[in-house]
Amino acid sequence: MTTNISFLLNGDKISYEIKDHWTLLHLLREEMGLIGTKEGCGNGECGACTVIVDKLAVNSCLYLAVDADGKVIETIEGLASIDGTLHPLQQSFVDNGGIQCGFCSPGMIMSSKALLDEKPTASYDEIKHALAGNICRCTGYVQILESVEAAKGQLSGGGQ
Amino acid sequence: MSETNHQATREFSVIGKRIPKLDAAQKAMGRAEYIQDIHLPGMLFGKILYSRYAHADIVKIDTSKAKALPGVHAVLTGEDVPKKMKMGFYKDNPPIKKGKVCSFRDEVAAVAATSPEIAKKALDLIEIEYQELPGIFDPEKAMEKDAPLVHEYHKTNVLNLPWALHYGDVEAAEKASDFVVEEKFTTQWVTHCCLGTSGAIALFDANDNLTIHTNTQIPSLAQKDFLESLKAMGLVNKRVRVIKPIIGGGFGSKLDTYAYEHIAILLARATRKPVKILFDRVEEFKATSTRQPTVIYIKQGCDKNGKLTFRDMRMVLDNGAYTSWGATTPSVMMMPITSLYRVENVRYDAKCVYTNNTYSQAFRGYGNPQATFAIESTLDMLAEKAGIDRLEIRRINRNQPGDVTPQGFKISSCGLSECMDEVEKQIAISGPKEKGVGTGIASLIHVGGGARIYKSDGCGAILKMDDYGKVDIFTGGTDMGQGLDNITAQIVAEELGLLVEDINVVHSDTDVCPWDVGAHASRSTFVAGNAALGAAKKVKETILEYGSKLLDAKPEDLVLKDRTISVAGDPEKTMPIDKLLRKAHFSPQGKMLMADFFYDPDNENMGKEMKGNMSVTYAFGAHGVKVKVDEETGKVTVLDYVAAHDVGRAINPLLLEGQVYGGVVMGLGYALTEEVLVQDGKTMNANFRDYKLFTAKDAIKIKAPVVETYDEYGPFGAKGIGEPGCVPTAPAIANAIYDAVGVRITSLPITPEKVLAALREKKKRPLN
Repeated sequence: MTTNISFLLNGDKISYEIKDHWTLLHLLREEMGLIGTKEGCGNGECGACTVIVDKLAVNSCLYLAVDADGKVIETIEGLASIDGTLHPLQQSFVDNGGIQCGFCSPGMIMSSKALLDEKPTASYDEIKHALAGNICRCTGYVQILESVEAAKGQLSGGGQ
Repeated sequence: MSETNHQATREFSVIGKRIPKLDAAQKAMGRAEYIQDIHLPGMLFGKILYSRYAHADIVKIDTSKAKALPGVHAVLTGEDVPKKMKMGFYKDNPPIKKGKVCSFRDEVAAVAATSPEIAKKALDLIEIEYQELPGIFDPEKAMEKDAPLVHEYHKTNVLNLPWALHYGDVEAAEKASDFVVEEKFTTQWVTHCCLGTSGAIALFDANDNLTIHTNTQIPSLAQKDFLESLKAMGLVNKRVRVIKPIIGGGFGSKLDTYAYEHIAILLARATRKPVKILFDRVEEFKATSTRQPTVIYIKQGCDKNGKLTFRDMRMVLDNGAYTSWGATTPSVMMMPITSLYRVENVRYDAKCVYTNNTYSQAFRGYGNPQATFAIESTLDMLAEKAGIDRLEIRRINRNQPGDVTPQGFKISSCGLSECMDEVEKQIAISGPKEKGVGTGIASLIHVGGGARIYKSDGCGAILKMDDYGKVDIFTGGTDMGQGLDNITAQIVAEELGLLVEDINVVHSDTDVCPWDVGAHASRSTFVAGNAALGAAKKVKETILEYGSKLLDAKPEDLVLKDRTISVAGDPEKTMPIDKLLRKAHFSPQGKMLMADFFYDPDNENMGKEMKGNMSVTYAFGAHGVKVKVDEETGKVTVLDYVAAHDVGRAINPLLLEGQVYGGVVMGLGYALTEEVLVQDGKTMNANFRDYKLFTAKDAIKIKAPVVETYDEYGPFGAKGIGEPGCVPTAPAIANAIYDAVGVRITSLPITPEKVLAALREKKKRPLN
């Protein structure tokens, strides 16, 4: 079974014929070639596949592509400006050691963005809570949390 | 002024700076390509079928239905594997098993098909008849005379490995000791949980040369393994190119070659197409190798002044059904056993025993976390028995620069004492505490200047400069996220007076990079760093030669800084380095600046008595922790954590702290939450719900003070730091729990159930 869906992806209007059993992760990664969204477990446990759907951070491995119809979707590929300037969160992860092997990074950044878009002044504990579903094996989370804290200052200071 | 002191006071432009990871922006944008993201034209997808039993004879395999499935290009069983194709240093592990299976992760068949879905469907169509055999799952029981044999041809379940040493006279020293403690410890299976799962893509060219893209920490040794496989397949004198893409974590898991890599090669050969095998998370849990579980018997003694008199340790290691580097971890366990603190009389014996469980591999610390757990836990017990303060007993016996340990380790630099000072400064170990709160301390020694386990501990580097002042350095060293690319770039930039962005680090492709033994033993900063430095020094010499002519000055008066060569004290005499390079290139008998360097550290293989200076230098550290124990639930909460490390010199404090933080949290998981639950050989918790990793919610603000001792052999004084962060964590936690509520937990992980059971047991016992 196939279905035609339309959605807004990183600001672009997309129309796509999908198979009904595809996950959003499959659509993005395997069909559209957006490799920034990672599969770490395929089971909604690690957060590496986090994207933002209608302002909410979701595990795209558990989200059916058909449900994306009519939605506004943001992936890691949509964060940097067209001139190459990184989003303040991306830059902060770079500057503060929030990235080692990098496999969890897109998901971490997307979860952080969903939080800060909703609440630019989120507390340290709120950041910890928002990232609880994103596993990182390299950093011990210390520099990831520092990265989000640092970006918070920049975002509330009039960034994107 | 000695070189070391000179290093300590020298002003640097790049060394010591918090320079972000060179590939971080690429990763932050989601553009970094992992094995998951690589797709070659015409590529097939391979899948592996695993055993249904822990121990069974394979009576019959029928692959006809699988072969008939449209889209299937090849189905292989053990019958299709050349006899000599065996993995691991013990050569007991064929990539697909024939006749018999010895663990649940035994590969029994493999398929290549046009899609992962078809490959999976084909696996379901393979019919196998097994005859189940009695299994053996307890290594100590496996040593008994009538235990079922895992491998009949091996005659015994005990591996033939040389893990024993005895220096001094342990028995006499025990008799002469004023205080002796004795305890049994057990440690569990834990697994690396790299966020990026394992995978490989193999392809042959028209001349039967192999290219394999694979997640590895050992491109050069993997190349050797694959060459051996090719030879077993009848492909002699062929080339193997190993390309390591960006990998989603290593931690030791990629220190050996795995069945999936050799199976990808077999499938690629059978189909003449590129074949990709990519693990899913369940497979990653079940079919990659764990840290070595241990049963540890330890005795330690001291005299009435607290001076250690002897250490006597015996271990039984569950080898699992096959042998990988896990079976050699006793060679590294020997290091803390003989050389953590000064102790003259030492005995150690370790038996690695076959069982029908999963087999182990290298995992950050390489045996050191297990051994240090027993040593540092019993050291606290000994201090209590002798009535000596816990920090004091460690100070009395601390290692010091210039020491030669019983195993023959020459301690060049040692900041253990300063690390303990840092811990004490930041956590009042002996101060007053509220009820249920306790502090713990534990120290570590680890190799910090290479580790001569293999015949060579070397690393090569090739450096070339272009006409524009830019450098390409081809290093044997492997970056797996820890930041070796930065360390390499910073060392080269410093030496050549360039900026980090001028340096392009090319690594992990055996066609273009020189040999290196691999990213293990916390050796990369030291060994690959010295290799890069050696190459940069050679090029620098040539730059100075040209500079001397062009600027009419003595080479020793020339300074390379900020992309410029200038004469010290004469600001008029200066030239951009790129201009010098062009002048060198575009002149009669022109010259391009290039250099190569192979650095093999002056360390020693261990001889028959297990003696030898394994590493050129050693890393030290001390961890202090404050915990709260809930006596109602047994839950342990970490309130504060200090991890002080002697790193020689911090080449990049930002990345260094990342290594320590990551190590500590991995160590906390080992101490408190992580365990692969294995029941009769079967992994019961192959997912992140039931395998309990620390999450961001559990994160603590770890303090990571750095002690710089400027090691005379290290590049700019640096020593290794990759592994140390996770080494003393478990005993620090166990010691803090004892301090908090008076129960000694001797089995990892220290779950609330174990704490609660110990508290109940303690309440039943009358007070002494």
